[in-house]
Amino acid sequence: MSERKIRVLVAKPGLDGHDRGAKVVARMLRDAGFEVIYTGIRQTPQMIAEAALQEDVDVVGLSILSGAHMTLCPKVVELLRAQGQEHVLVVVGGIIPDEDVEKLKAAGIDGVFGPGTSSEEYVNFITSHVRVPA
Amino acid sequence: MNGVEPRTTTAADALVAGVLGGNRLLLARAISRVENQAPEASALLTALYPHSGQAHIIGVTGAPGTGKSTLVTALAQCYRAAGLTVGIVAIDPTSPFTGGALLGDRVRMRALAGDAGVFMRSMATRGSLGGLSKTTGDVVTVLDAAGFDRIIVETVGVGQAEVEIASTAHTTLVIEAPGLGDEVQAIKAGILEIADILVVNKADRPGMDRTLRALEMMLDIEGNGARYVRHHGQLLRVESPVESDEEDRRWKVIVMKTVATDNTGVEELRQRIEAHRHWLMESGELALRQQLRIANTLENIIRAELNRRIAASIPAGRLDELVEQIRRRERDPYSAAAELLSLV
Repeated sequence: MSERKIRVLVAKPGLDGHDRGAKVVARMLRDAGFEVIYTGIRQTPQMIAEAALQEDVDVVGLSILSGAHMTLCPKVVELLRAQGQEHVLVVVGGIIPDEDVEKLKAAGIDGVFGPGTSSEEYVNFITSHVRVPA
Repeated sequence: MNGVEPRTTTAADALVAGVLGGNRLLLARAISRVENQAPEASALLTALYPHSGQAHIIGVTGAPGTGKSTLVTALAQCYRAAGLTVGIVAIDPTSPFTGGALLGDRVRMRALAGDAGVFMRSMATRGSLGGLSKTTGDVVTVLDAAGFDRIIVETVGVGQAEVEIASTAHTTLVIEAPGLGDEVQAIKAGILEIADILVVNKADRPGMDRTLRALEMMLDIEGNGARYVRHHGQLLRVESPVESDEEDRRWKVIVMKTVATDNTGVEELRQRIEAHRHWLMESGELALRQQLRIANTLENIIRAELNRRIAASIPAGRLDELVEQIRRRERDPYSAAAELLSLV
């Protein structure tokens, strides 16, 4: 009777309040059969990492449009790793300039998705990359 | 789509040590094992159960949009100010079509972020219909063993009949908001009957007086002296004898007004919950509620095991064959069920 669901935290770090994209993605992932924990806007990296820990998620999805991704996203990865969540997949959606994508990946972000990403792309990426914790 | 390999990582004894030792990461993982009904879940619960039984469990239920999550947050803050630690389990519905869920209670709980004396977990119903998920009681046991002083369980937004919370919680709060129904709604059977404390939240909204009157009228009619017993799997309400010397010892359900967004009335609500807790202990009612909860737990364990055995004993494909035969009216569902059960 074991029942295991992929759990995804969807959060908006930083100060921009435009959460429509985050809500659309949360809804897409819900419809794909995931359990989505939606935290809402204006989350600090500390709040996101702590929520990811309490909820024991497999994936953290960050939605960011403000341009502060190079500061906020690596910080989330760093905090997750520091609290022992090495396995958690971190993906970023939003407006990310091409030249920053490789830098984010180098900082431990697993995937970066821009506007127009389809539901299939998100879902396939998550199901094929989700990891089992150590 | 949901079928990830089961987690085969941290051993059960390490998880138990983590839960008892205050390790939040291991606590979170232990909760997942229990929620997922992983193979080691029963060993985990067996080891943790003797450490449980200390926490006071508070159920919070009510219709969607009455402000349950906001009130839970405000209440947790009051408990923190009083020096107690708080575990929170908040439940939201699973889609019956996709199996997915959107768990949104954290949006209202940001004020609790960064407090090591609070642990909050979102759960999806995963097909259960009573307002909780089938492992909610087990997750509460894990938080209880972890040493949280108060555990608040927030049900899904409920309608009229989701009363499962009453057999999980020690103190049940039913949250109403102004303008949701008239006096007839208030005297219908179901959700209002399980309240130890009735709360009208959003008390600053229009229609407050009318809602308050309707609820108070309902309480007058009820006579305010009922107890619950479980009889053949059903919650039964038993009116206590109304004798004058007993009058003072009975718990009186009252209607409390809160505005959770600015904490109005929330500390008073906390004190009322604590008063109920003391009443439970002094009146002997606590033992009754514990019996109810344990009987419920036992039943759930037995039912889950029976379901597992039934599923395991039906040959692959037989169920689909029977369904098709029944659809063509060659069989009927009653004799087909009897056939399948005879295999168990």
